[in-house]
Amino acid sequence: METAAVPARAGVPPMLRGILPVLLALAVLSLAEWAFGGWPFFVYLSSIVGVAIIAAVSLNIVNGMTGQFSIGHAGFMAVGAFVAGRFSLDFHDVGLSGVPVGFSDQLFFVLALLLGGLAAAACGFIVGLPSLRLRGDYLAIVTLGFGEIIRVIVQNTDAFGRALGLSGIPQRSSLFMVGFWVFLTVLTARRIASSSHGRSLWAIREDEIAAEAMGVNTTAYKVRSFVISSFFAGIAGGLFAHFVPIINPGSFTFVRSMEIVVMIVAGGLGSTTGAIIAAIALTLLPEAMRTVFTQLSGGDASLAQKVDQIRMPIYGLLLVVLMLVRPQGLFGTRELWDLLPRWFPRRRKGVA
Amino acid sequence: MTDVLLKADQVSIQFGGLRALSGFDLELRKGDLKGLIGPNGAGKTTAFNVLTGVYLPTSGEVRVGGQRVNGKKPHQINRLGLARTFQNIRLFRALTALDNVKVACLADEKPVFGAERLAALHAKGGWSGKLAGGFEAWNNYYDWWRALLLTPGFQREEASLTRRAEELLEVMGLSHRRDEEARNLPYGEQRRLEIARALGTRPKVLLLDEPAAGMNTREKADLMVLIRELRQRFELGILVIEHDMKLVMGICENITVLDHGEIIARGDPAAVRSDRKVIEAYLGDSYLESHPHVGTPGAA
Repeated sequence: METAAVPARAGVPPMLRGILPVLLALAVLSLAEWAFGGWPFFVYLSSIVGVAIIAAVSLNIVNGMTGQFSIGHAGFMAVGAFVAGRFSLDFHDVGLSGVPVGFSDQLFFVLALLLGGLAAAACGFIVGLPSLRLRGDYLAIVTLGFGEIIRVIVQNTDAFGRALGLSGIPQRSSLFMVGFWVFLTVLTARRIASSSHGRSLWAIREDEIAAEAMGVNTTAYKVRSFVISSFFAGIAGGLFAHFVPIINPGSFTFVRSMEIVVMIVAGGLGSTTGAIIAAIALTLLPEAMRTVFTQLSGGDASLAQKVDQIRMPIYGLLLVVLMLVRPQGLFGTRELWDLLPRWFPRRRKGVA
Repeated sequence: MTDVLLKADQVSIQFGGLRALSGFDLELRKGDLKGLIGPNGAGKTTAFNVLTGVYLPTSGEVRVGGQRVNGKKPHQINRLGLARTFQNIRLFRALTALDNVKVACLADEKPVFGAERLAALHAKGGWSGKLAGGFEAWNNYYDWWRALLLTPGFQREEASLTRRAEELLEVMGLSHRRDEEARNLPYGEQRRLEIARALGTRPKVLLLDEPAAGMNTREKADLMVLIRELRQRFELGILVIEHDMKLVMGICENITVLDHGEIIARGDPAAVRSDRKVIEAYLGDSYLESHPHVGTPGAA
């Protein structure tokens, strides 16, 4: 009875279903790199958006799917950023012989990212452990504390440049690389969501006692979701470190964590597409406001700066309004395609 | 005695000064259908919680399939073949009926290290137990990678999980609710979905905590038939907590009566019904005084 046939879908053979999206993404991203790669402002903007998407989608695995409220995500990004940044700084003039310099650089860049991600994942494991005992507000406080601890540690470590941070990190990031990691994060989140693992996470979110009674090892799943989530946060941080001229502890404060939380709450806790859309909107909004207000005041940037300073109150207001009008967020736990009109072929939740 | 699936031996549990359960014992074999009744606050649900590992007994011993489970986590006890439903329905409300059952079907077939081998290693304890823990972790990560890569094996397994969950929904008469969110189901169907979910874990023993609460007479009658069928079809031992006397008396072959955490009577329905202590617990001793011949053998 375990040899049930795989339901045929859209004629994609089972062997290819795993790898096909990756190949498609590689093709599309190469095309995008070729078309837009020479346009620095666009690349910068989409990199910022990309990092926000990775952060939001990965936090959504913990907060949305597993229902554990973590508000220290910027801490994990900081771990990734500083570990990857330090690595790239130390090895920036090392290259592999026999391959083109650009290729060798990219290889080291990926290595740096993975190191940053793994370091963040290790931290996620450490923070995940108290989540075995704490829930709700208490867990939130622990994660918040963790984020601050990371920041303070970086601020007082010579290797990480203390309060000045790291500068001169080789700018190896590209549209392709950011896009590829965004793709990997989203793919991971979606595939987890529609597998046994995901169902166990949803179950923990819905009712921990019932999940435990149905044979779900809740502690193990909670820790694992923390680890996965912080790994991608580390990657996001690592990417960030490779396209901004300087990283300092100030880039990873509590405010940054809250921005990410606002994104996933606005998008709907548990909705990957919601997190993506909210991440794009909330990242582009300040940029757009800056441009608009600079234009309004005739090229004078001071008004724009003032508006930029009240960004958080604006976020807060946005969140209050959202909670009043649509408490479940933009999409609730649904995905974009669940909400599209009938004529669009629907996909049921839980079916990959 | 390996055919005793569930055995509680002199189990007591104390919350501070309150003795919620004392000297509780119970044996359940394959094919048994036993009832657990008692007035409100008698300790019935506490007994369930001790058996399933939610509470750690203060003294005494619980064995599932011959294995001592004191101090084991609920999910481990569940894996040994003990599944339950809840008095206050605890479905995964935002998930569809199908997904509710699929959660329970989780890790049905372990691909690398089989559940039986792991259980054997665990039973040995010591280094073997640690090794088994490592294998389990490996299994989980292996599962995870298969999910990420959407390997054909994973897709097959997912399809077979779906099919099994659909079968269970059909058994419980819920096929038409397959894709509806659990919270939108009517009360009686939510109760049935809880049973379907419990069956998903492939239990040997099923504990039902007030399965008929909130159902109408018709639904209760159907449920009685269904519970009997389940016992046959899945070769279960079933223990039912129930307030509805007609239901308990109708289906259970053996009834245990709890009051203030202690067993006050046990036996077949007729014997329990005419037991003086039981009547006293349910109706008060003033009732007995005014009806002197009630509760004596041969009367009623």
